[in-house]
Amino acid sequence: MSKVVGSLREAISAAGLRDGMTVSFHHHLRSGDYVINMVMNEIAAMGIKNLTVNASSLFDVHAPLAEHIKSGVITKIITDYMSAGLGKYISAGIMEQPVEFMTHGGRPTAIMQGKTPIDVAFVAAPAADGDGNCTGKIGRSACGSLGYAFADAEYAKKTIIITDGLCEKLEEPSIDGKFVDFVVCADEIGDPRGIVSGTTTITRDPVGLIMARDAADVIKYSGLLKEGFSFQTGAGGASLAAAKFLMDIMLEEKIRGSFGLGGITGYMVDMLRAGCFEELRDVQCFDLKAVESIRTDPRHHEIGAFEYASPANGHAWVNSLDAVILGATEIDTDFNVNVHTDSAGIIMGGSGGHSDTAAGAKLAMVIAPLFRARQPIITDRVNCISTPGKDIDVLVTQYGIAVNPKNEELRDRLIRAHMPVVSIEELKAKAESLCGVPKALEHGERVVAKVIGRSGEVQDLIYRKK
Amino acid sequence: MRRSMLFLPGNAPNMIINGGTLRADSVILDLEDSVAPGEKDAARILVRNALRTVDFGCETIVRINSLDSEFYEEDLKEIVPCAPGAIMPPKSSRREDILRLDDMIERIEEENYMKKGKIKLIPLIETALGVENAFEIASSCGRVTAIFLGGEDLSADLRCKRTKSGEEILYARERIVCAARAAGVEVYDTPFTDAFDDEGLIADAKLAKSLGFSGKAAVAPRHVYAINEIFSPTKEEIDYAKEVMGVIEEAHRLGKGAASLHGKMIDPPIVERARLVLEAAESAERRGFDE
Repeated sequence: MSKVVGSLREAISAAGLRDGMTVSFHHHLRSGDYVINMVMNEIAAMGIKNLTVNASSLFDVHAPLAEHIKSGVITKIITDYMSAGLGKYISAGIMEQPVEFMTHGGRPTAIMQGKTPIDVAFVAAPAADGDGNCTGKIGRSACGSLGYAFADAEYAKKTIIITDGLCEKLEEPSIDGKFVDFVVCADEIGDPRGIVSGTTTITRDPVGLIMARDAADVIKYSGLLKEGFSFQTGAGGASLAAAKFLMDIMLEEKIRGSFGLGGITGYMVDMLRAGCFEELRDVQCFDLKAVESIRTDPRHHEIGAFEYASPANGHAWVNSLDAVILGATEIDTDFNVNVHTDSAGIIMGGSGGHSDTAAGAKLAMVIAPLFRARQPIITDRVNCISTPGKDIDVLVTQYGIAVNPKNEELRDRLIRAHMPVVSIEELKAKAESLCGVPKALEHGERVVAKVIGRSGEVQDLIYRKK
Repeated sequence: MRRSMLFLPGNAPNMIINGGTLRADSVILDLEDSVAPGEKDAARILVRNALRTVDFGCETIVRINSLDSEFYEEDLKEIVPCAPGAIMPPKSSRREDILRLDDMIERIEEENYMKKGKIKLIPLIETALGVENAFEIASSCGRVTAIFLGGEDLSADLRCKRTKSGEEILYARERIVCAARAAGVEVYDTPFTDAFDDEGLIADAKLAKSLGFSGKAAVAPRHVYAINEIFSPTKEEIDYAKEVMGVIEEAHRLGKGAASLHGKMIDPPIVERARLVLEAAESAERRGFDE
């Protein structure tokens, strides 16, 4: 029997959504997503209030949620990442209850363990059939992997698929129709230009290139770059450049790695095709090349967030990672990293997979310029601990490389390779000699967000902006 | 040892502050062509302050304005007391120009109680007359540590089109290498100006190395890495140099006058070349395990 219903409102009613329940969303449509706003507007129009929104990430395009917070439709948010568009409202204190920040691995774990139960999961799907089988690999709004929605669809009491690509029977769905209750057709679920970028390009910034080259060399001399090597990197310009330089090294030294992990970009696809890896394990696609690859290349596998990064899953892919390249808005002399707030203390990000990969990988590397504008990035204590310093091995800046004292072996190896190794205190002093010592940030009394660590404990608090 | 010399515009604080991180063996803080006439004073102050406060971690060179401009005397007054590693006078065409500059620098050194002669000169040769007078310029005074070819201005002076393959400056390249070596100073090649043509840069730098240049200047920071690679001794060169030195030491130990390696006589020029290679290898601090 077809699960297709006539309208979104019909699906919401049929799912039994009431005041005080929890709804969930994934972020595979990224900045192009229409679904979260569409669903919340409809829910608001139906007069339902006091909801918890559990979303794997929230982007600037979701800033209109602030209105639903003010009107009491949304009273709690659980998410792994929130960009500044909505973050600035949260930091200004528009919400009574603190936002709960989780990690990409922690979120599905909490859902599956019943700690954050979901009443109705809304799953945007670029292609779906009448039985609710769906995928992100095809369709006008194709986004590739749907990995962050797996736990939601499977564990929510009711699951609603929203698609702009209703099709005949899907043979190899990402999410099986047996987990789906209703299918709703929409004219458009997103703007393809915001869903995936056409091409992600490596930086042209000379300082970024210097850091990227050093990052690739740190991996080269870490002792980990050998047969079976596994790797993850972000989609930032310097991280991509590092992947490019790493590819050059792997090809030159004829090293065949095992897998590339994570959010996948065209550069990781290039590495797969060039023979640097045997396979890609993909929880999210960042660009068109990655989407095309996951659709056509059998070595490019879609994985769910639990499989990717759950702390409760001993076999999570992050635990087999050799090296990961990460970013930071701030890092302190104990190597704690902040990726949640900006230099003014305003929410502009979140851990995503940062803490998960740092905890799992043998080599967790942060690349960051020593200062941004006139702000040094190294402090005595970060304003928010997103990833604890015990999980970070090394910081690469344009002024030198600081190795966490806990990893003496790495430090020795890099020194023997004549890499510019310095202490993190020296880097901090260098930054302060150029930029001065910034005044400590003052914040208000009220807690606007809690950062939940991988194992479920409250790791840090984010306060209202003063 | 200078494999790469990176130009940084004297009026761009962002570039100057990160200039020392770009892995060049020297940075050239430029007061000449990258600075518009109306901004000369601002750039001069910025470069002066940068020399006083920024730790570049590498040699600093200042390209002053040319000796036929109204700016160069003021440049020297402000820059010399900050003791950069070297001053680069553009459009150096005659021995007398360099001697005049030497005098002026010495006077400022005296006035500021500085050690005389410490600041070196790297004349930029970029006129037809300069090319023809290259040996005289290179051997004009003790301050001259190297000469440097500027291909852009030179091709304008030669009234020919500057090309990527560079046939039009081949004579000048060969002549100034010969002049520098005859005078016993180092010699640097003109920058490759297409920032994003990596293959073109590599070909151009390899050509310069094959002609005998000690290194090459860059206007694009992204060129520095390839230039450093090309002008560093290769592993084969280092291994061969070590073999040569080993054979020579052994010959000395045994009191032999002559030595041979792989059936070939090792004569003094080969030993000197090996010594230079090992010296360059050490100062290049090439990355790689010392295992």
